[in-house]
Amino acid sequence: MHDLPQQLANGLILGALYGLVAIGYTMVYGIVQLINFAHGEIFMVGGFGALTAYLALPGGTTLWLAVPLMLIAGILVSTLVAVGAERFAYRPLRSAPRLAPLITAIGLSIVLQQLVFSFYPDAKKARVFPKIPGDPFELASVTIQRSDIFLIIAAPICMLILGWFVARTRSGRAMQATSQDPDTAKLMGIDTDRVIVMAFAIGAAFAAVAAVAYGLRTGQVDFRMGFILGLKAFTAAVLGGIGNIYGAMLGGLALGLAEGLATAYIQHIPGMHLFGGGAWKDVWAFVLLIVVLLVRPQGLLGERVADRA
Amino acid sequence: MTALLEVENLRVSYGKIEAVKGISFTVNQGEVTTLIGTNGAGKTTTLRTLSGLLRPTAGKISFDGQPLNTVPAHKIVSLGLAHSPEGRHIFPRMTIEENLLLGAFLRKDQAGITADVERAYGLFPILGERRKQAAGTLSGGEQQMLAMGRALMSQPKLLMLDEPSMGLSPLMMQKIMATIVELKASGTTILLVEQNAQAALSLSDQGYVMQTGQIVLTGTGADLLNDESVRKSYLGED
Ligand SMILES: Nc1ncnc2c1ncn2[C@@H]1O[C@H](COP(=O)(O)OP(=O)(O)OP(=O)(O)O)[C@@H](O)[C@H]1O
Ligand SMILES: [Mg+2]
Repeated sequence: MHDLPQQLANGLILGALYGLVAIGYTMVYGIVQLINFAHGEIFMVGGFGALTAYLALPGGTTLWLAVPLMLIAGILVSTLVAVGAERFAYRPLRSAPRLAPLITAIGLSIVLQQLVFSFYPDAKKARVFPKIPGDPFELASVTIQRSDIFLIIAAPICMLILGWFVARTRSGRAMQATSQDPDTAKLMGIDTDRVIVMAFAIGAAFAAVAAVAYGLRTGQVDFRMGFILGLKAFTAAVLGGIGNIYGAMLGGLALGLAEGLATAYIQHIPGMHLFGGGAWKDVWAFVLLIVVLLVRPQGLLGERVADRA
Repeated sequence: MTALLEVENLRVSYGKIEAVKGISFTVNQGEVTTLIGTNGAGKTTTLRTLSGLLRPTAGKISFDGQPLNTVPAHKIVSLGLAHSPEGRHIFPRMTIEENLLLGAFLRKDQAGITADVERAYGLFPILGERRKQAAGTLSGGEQQMLAMGRALMSQPKLLMLDEPSMGLSPLMMQKIMATIVELKASGTTILLVEQNAQAALSLSDQGYVMQTGQIVLTGTGADLLNDESVRKSYLGED
């Protein structure tokens, strides 16, 4: 267990990535009760948007300049795709039975994957994404890759901004009101269509930040990268209590930690030596989900459903 | 007497079911107008259509000289029409004060808003004492006061109240009715939907009786209170 601090750090970093993507699921669900299964692909296109910006820059551009520009491009692409999806795919189905938008979301997710696969140059295999060069940082017994510094800085900043936005701004209050009672929000003069667009846009922007972090971390982007990560982030959102933004981040961190620790230590438990290692990490993530939902069906920070009526 | 709201031949459907079948009525400036009727008569449907949450299939709604038929719900409150919905619909996870402030969502006059929050606390002192309490934890009567106070925060020309006395104790109900009289005295025009016909009609200038989507009887509050069929059906006499 001498490497525990390292495993904790790895888990938290991975968890922050899940958390950023989970925000998108939770915001959209909180406002329109739709599980936007295409959100993983919103994340993915953000990665390709950032890559495009990187490729367009003259060779040798410093990453200090490149990363912010990639971030802007990624956010732009993700947001445009998400807002477009809301406007043209989900909005027309708003009064349709629940299953219709859900199936549309799954369809959209396949379409986005195929569009990138077919039309983005050389995207049939993973494309190389820049990494932040240099030696990793050593803090006592913990090693942190340079590329992860981006995520370590960006995730808390994003959460602080979002927390402030929801609690303190006029638009944030409109958002809270719409999630609690959309018809009554309209009676207050709140344009709930605008609020819905805002929820999609914020979720997409967070996903794009996560995509840049993912690219820097793994050194590549891939048209399939949104699938498993989207599933994990959705799990994180449910784990934290879907509809609650802090729950999404908390769920992400819990999931990242569980995955990291289970991968590292489960095999040392007597009788469990077959269940350790990377191959089982996804299983442990879902085991955690099931256990939490058995004990707290509303998730870690979720309100009981009765409170929402 | 000028008409603030004129409804002409209004029809509203839920899918194939027509819930409001061509009703016409008028709400005069400065008066209390009441809609009474049995369960399912279409009163709530009518109010939700007036505030834009439902769309009529036919008919005309004219408010303060302006047609409302195609104005989106979130723009109607800014024209001066406020709606305290059936079942109160306060925002449960916000405080009393936040609920009141949402009622003033479109207003920009910060000083006026603050003054009106205090006015609401003056009207309902219990709300002032609990201003930081989550609205979902209030009693039914307190929630009703909050819903009413919230609707007033938009400084409406017309206040629509859908069953403000529902589920309230007799004492609480008296308090709500007294507040309606007070609001009328201060110049607010009110459209009231009530199950409690006795209380509502006795403070109304004008009343309409609805039955299965139609208006079957019209008169002043006093007329309707004395009407034999009203006494039979709504006041429990025989
Ligand atoms: N969302 C809906 N979908 C389908 N039918 C509805 C819906 N809401 C109301 N109705 C029907 O429309 C009719 C009128 O209902 P409405 O709620 O307007 O009556 P009401 O006069 O307000 O009754 P109450 O006094 O019980 O509140 C009823 O027959 C009701 O079943
Ligand atoms: Mg009703």
